[in-house]
Amino acid sequence: MLTRRIIVCLDVDAGRVVKGVQFTKLRDAGDPAELAAAHAAAGADEIVLLDITATHEKRATLLETVRRTARELMVPFTVGGGIRSVDDASAVFDAGADKVAVNSAALADPTLITQIAAKFGSQAAVVAIDARASADRSHYEVKKTGGRDATGRDAVAWAREAQEAGAGEFLVTSMDRDGTKDGFDMELTRAIAAVAHIPVIASGGAGAIEHFVEVFQPGGADAALAASIFHFGLIRMSDLKQHLQQNGVSVRWPC
Amino acid sequence: MIAIVDYRAGNLTSVKKALDRVGAESFVTSDPRAIATAEKIVLPGVGHFAATEVLATSGMSGAIAEAIGRDVPFLGICVGMQWLFETSEEAPATRGLGLFPGQCGHFPLAVKSPHVGWNDLTRERPSLLLAGVPQNSFVYFTHTYRAPVGPGSVAQCEYGGTFSAAVERGRVFGVQFHPEKSGEIGLTILRNFCELAC
Repeated sequence: MLTRRIIVCLDVDAGRVVKGVQFTKLRDAGDPAELAAAHAAAGADEIVLLDITATHEKRATLLETVRRTARELMVPFTVGGGIRSVDDASAVFDAGADKVAVNSAALADPTLITQIAAKFGSQAAVVAIDARASADRSHYEVKKTGGRDATGRDAVAWAREAQEAGAGEFLVTSMDRDGTKDGFDMELTRAIAAVAHIPVIASGGAGAIEHFVEVFQPGGADAALAASIFHFGLIRMSDLKQHLQQNGVSVRWPC
Repeated sequence: MIAIVDYRAGNLTSVKKALDRVGAESFVTSDPRAIATAEKIVLPGVGHFAATEVLATSGMSGAIAEAIGRDVPFLGICVGMQWLFETSEEAPATRGLGLFPGQCGHFPLAVKSPHVGWNDLTRERPSLLLAGVPQNSFVYFTHTYRAPVGPGSVAQCEYGGTFSAAVERGRVFGVQFHPEKSGEIGLTILRNFCELAC
């Protein structure tokens, strides 16, 4: 049976893993290559590395960090942040990524998704959607450039469009929940999952083991992503996976 | 030396890296002459079935078929495995090598596609490639088309019905999943391939 994935995210700034609360207030969490290897050994199903300041500072993705992190990693590895062209994506693949996550640049030009999918396959084209509930909570608005700027786009409408353009997976981050440990945004996850015929990765807000049970069962996520709870040892991967298994969620365990 | 066949579709870095990890010497090539003299051949594959057309037009498929005829061990991964079948719905005009019967098809619409993630293997019969791989081991898949279960299948997987997860005939092997992304189990499989006598 296809299992639900637990993905560990490395938010990287200047070659170090950092973690913020609602996308800001960064604190150091360690070396990306070392953390990735440790999480994979502990049972993480996948590693995502996001260069969180790349778009903002117009920097190229940290290829050297990607290369170093990919070297010893024998589980799927996704890289995002600052990917603005097929050439940017190619460089990241050459450095050892299996998938790229695109965000701001895809919003500006959705054909970027199509181009990446045509060259590397849809399975390699992850579309990251950072969303925040609208003031009246009637819908979710898409943000870009690391959550800094409004786009005026509705998250569900954008998901439909990105899927048509050739996206292979969605990485849906709730900016309201990011770093809060209050649990995943179930409404956001469900809203995207309802229109998605590709896998949905839920992100933002994981703080307890129960949050993962929720996001998989009523939430409908195919995978759940978290960062700080794993980096700072708040949840052990073995405890999480055993709990999920006991609660009827199939996971890769033992692995 | 193991030849990793480059047909300009997708990413060969991971496969090279995983072979390095199990201590096997390998090189990436798209030269039919280099393929013809290799001790073993790996055909990775991420991308579209039609991309395998390059194998025919460049002379690489002839070199591969000839090597297989000499009993040179061959491993096809993902689309590289599908290419061992006759055809695929993904590109009906493109011919595969036809070493295994049947056509690769799309997943039914009732399930999400691509099939992405860790799924378990149901082993069906003894296999050189899967030696030491326990029943129901998890491996990583990412694909939209899948090969039918047939006489060559040594492991099946269940997702919208059963499909061939691994095929084997003599020293020709194919895996639908990505051993280079499947942790220790994947390394065991690659090690089995690399340790076959030439």
